[in-house]
Amino acid sequence: MRTVDFSREDHYKNAVFPSPFHSRQKQHNKLREWSRWSDYLSVPAYWCESMEYFAGRNACGVFDITPMVKHLVTGPDALPYLNRLMTRDVSKIKPGRVGYSVWCNEQGRVIDDGTIFHLTEGVYRICSQEHQIDWFMTNTLGFDVTIVEDTHDVAGLALQGPTSCAVLRDMGLDGIENLTPFGLTYFDFHGTELMVSRTGFTGDLGYELWTSPENAEMLWDRLFEAGEQRGIKAMGSDALELLRIEAGFILAGADFLPAAEAVRPTHTRSPFELGLGWLVSFDKGVFNGRQALLEEKQNGSRFHLVKLDIDGNKPANQSFVYTKNKKYAGTVTSAMWSPSAKASIALASLEAPLGKPGEEFEVEIYYQRELKWSRVMAPARVVKDVFWDPPRKRQTPPADF
Amino acid sequence: MTKKYDAIVIGAGHNGLTNGAYLAKAGLDTLMVEKNEFIGGATVSRALYRDDWKYSNCSYVCSLLRPEVYRSLNLAKYGLQVVPYGGSVTIAQNGDYIGNYVDPDTSRREVARHSHRDADATVRYDRDIMRQCRFIRQFLLRTPPDPTSFKPRDLLEMMYMGKEALKLGEDLIYDTLRFYTMSITDFLDEYFENPLVKASHSGSGIIGSALGVMSPGTAYILLHHAMGDVDGSMGAWGFARGGMGAIADAMHACFTDHDGETVTGSGVDEIIVKNGRAVGVALENGNEYYADVVVSNMTLPRTFLECMNPNDLDPGFLKKVKNFKIRGSSGKLNIALDGVPNFTALRGNPELIRGDMHLIDSTERLERAYDDWKNGIWSQDPYIDMLIPSLTDTTMTPPGKHFMSVFVQYVPPKIKGKDWTDEQVQQFGQTVINQIEEYAPGFKELILHMEVRTPRELEDEVGLTEGNIFQGELTLDQLLFNRPIPGYAQYRAPVKGMYMCSSSTAPGGGVMAAPGANAAREILGDLNKTNTVPEGWLDD
Repeated sequence: MRTVDFSREDHYKNAVFPSPFHSRQKQHNKLREWSRWSDYLSVPAYWCESMEYFAGRNACGVFDITPMVKHLVTGPDALPYLNRLMTRDVSKIKPGRVGYSVWCNEQGRVIDDGTIFHLTEGVYRICSQEHQIDWFMTNTLGFDVTIVEDTHDVAGLALQGPTSCAVLRDMGLDGIENLTPFGLTYFDFHGTELMVSRTGFTGDLGYELWTSPENAEMLWDRLFEAGEQRGIKAMGSDALELLRIEAGFILAGADFLPAAEAVRPTHTRSPFELGLGWLVSFDKGVFNGRQALLEEKQNGSRFHLVKLDIDGNKPANQSFVYTKNKKYAGTVTSAMWSPSAKASIALASLEAPLGKPGEEFEVEIYYQRELKWSRVMAPARVVKDVFWDPPRKRQTPPADF
Repeated sequence: MTKKYDAIVIGAGHNGLTNGAYLAKAGLDTLMVEKNEFIGGATVSRALYRDDWKYSNCSYVCSLLRPEVYRSLNLAKYGLQVVPYGGSVTIAQNGDYIGNYVDPDTSRREVARHSHRDADATVRYDRDIMRQCRFIRQFLLRTPPDPTSFKPRDLLEMMYMGKEALKLGEDLIYDTLRFYTMSITDFLDEYFENPLVKASHSGSGIIGSALGVMSPGTAYILLHHAMGDVDGSMGAWGFARGGMGAIADAMHACFTDHDGETVTGSGVDEIIVKNGRAVGVALENGNEYYADVVVSNMTLPRTFLECMNPNDLDPGFLKKVKNFKIRGSSGKLNIALDGVPNFTALRGNPELIRGDMHLIDSTERLERAYDDWKNGIWSQDPYIDMLIPSLTDTTMTPPGKHFMSVFVQYVPPKIKGKDWTDEQVQQFGQTVINQIEEYAPGFKELILHMEVRTPRELEDEVGLTEGNIFQGELTLDQLLFNRPIPGYAQYRAPVKGMYMCSSSTAPGGGVMAAPGANAAREILGDLNKTNTVPEGWLDD
């Protein structure tokens, strides 16, 4: 079953469509506000952004990831094809494992980032923020590979937070505690197939659950039954945004401009410029952007995406960053007051060679108190580690809380 | 006639009005002469059927009008309101269609209905068109440099162009060079696979041009249609509330408010030249008017071949004017409708009929429409760009009634080398109506009144040579510093005191008002007057 059938010519009657979890989201959505995420209705906040955030850090939160763009890659050449497409060495992602990756154009600029799920031997799912089918198909030349976009054929929920493992175990997923980070496994779930991966966008203990759209409501119901005593809450996209910044995860359209959309080509970024050099594997042979990235490695990058720890208590959204000598250094791309790190934190794109760990800057923050605007130049320093990195994220088996 | 003006502007089309308004704003005692009883030229709204029923007789949609002109001439204060319209549709013969919706996700899904890949490819296509638009837009309100000149201003302007081109980066410079010389078909083939998707994008490459979708140079013409905006939304098109004449009316109100004078009802018989200097105009009614500066907003050929004594001009120059490509290729039907036509394929879809509608399946079919033009007849299976502005602008017609603007490509200036007859004009109208009737049964019965315009009518009434709506083909040999002809791109005629400001000059046609504004800047500079023409708004 597809969640939405776009082959009908009257699709235009709605600009946005209910996700397979819609009936349940509606029950939880006390604020009655909806936003859109690509083709689907999404919930910015169900009842309180802050409470939903803390569900993700203190208990567990449920977030609908159905709208994420998904592709299924199969065929004898699936692996060599993906190695041509992706910057990282995909052969290292074994069956039952998940890997984060970026893919570039020939100029070595990032088109998008996403996750590669090695579902079973030679069968891969690619999840991305942007629609990619034309680019993916363009790259199939010379490869015996089949690619379909199956965004609307798969329903997905993220269950994130310290009690998430216990909730899944209580829901009847025997052995879930043995799943290691970035692992994926399959369960027979009330006669349906449920795929579970230990992945997420919150930098905490968490899982993503994948099923067929017709099983969506049943999955949601079982999850909330099992989680009732463990603080389970529906979580909106506003809370998720806070969780991902704390985790140091970048977001397409916020921390970098996808190259396929860039009217101004210089505004795009390479993997190195996003701090993702570890995703570039030069020793695996030819891949898109390799030559350009090799040159960049030799000649240096134009930007550094850094994590900033900012003095004081004011969030630094949309701020300029200056050197101690008051010279322009760059801009903040994402920022927040971190309730878990108890710090004002930010991701910022700085002009290279600026942005080495420990380097000090000043961030120009505009803030408002009862309609009065003020400005502060807040000292800040580049930090190496992510702002929120609890050991439970890596622990196998995880504790119950 | 003893009064002497500072300036005379010939032709009260939107460029003449823009030019006159800036001159008047600078304090010049300016006279506008217009051959018709009404002003506006091709930017006009006339009530031909009933007083409460207006047509946009020639130009019919607005996007290119420079926002800097809109603002600096205070056109909003003088009553102009441009309202964006949503939706557009391309209907195929087999009953399928592809729509372009206001909502971007809906549009993406609509393309995906025909091709998943093309839906995604549209992102890259739009990006690449926007890149070209951003590059070209910054030059619209600048006088083109003379690349052969060593004058400091030309050298500086050439350097500016070079610098901006280098900013594009290596790959984009290659793309740009290819783009300016490609055919729209070849260009679309590089992005899309579905014939209907391609067809839906191809019309903008040939509208107003005597070229086919497979002719080199048509990719740029698409750009010319995409580089405008409505309130910063690039590529968007809108209706001038009250019809396109509202633009001319607002400009004229500004001109009059700055003490400009207007004389209508008699065309220019000759531009008077004395001792190598333009000194005035003699009208067909015998009246003569004198001024220090004469500005022609007539097309290049009309100005120099029809309204000047050849002895006042260099034969070499006249030869180049004769060679200027200004070939008529389009016609128009303006129709009063008793109701909204029902296009079978659309199954009552109310959104897509609010914008431009096209009846075409493939670029091949469009090329065949061009073949008829080459054979000296109007397209028997014409390409149509039709809109019903009254669905958006209720001031145009009585409630429930409608005005339909049907732009038709291809229509030759002559039929097999001979002048159009009245009978042929009517036959042409029938060809178009029959075409629409095929897609919207019952359409003919809705027609209450119809104005049929071929290049003959466009030339006779508006003065556009051969009925070319851009007043000169928009190909690289006639663009930038080559427009209208090399060496004369800076709005000065070869005769002292005489200037050109029509769409024959850079940056070309469309209701853009840039030629009028650019020419005014040159004139005011030559007269050492304060410049009233704004600089272009740059976008980094």
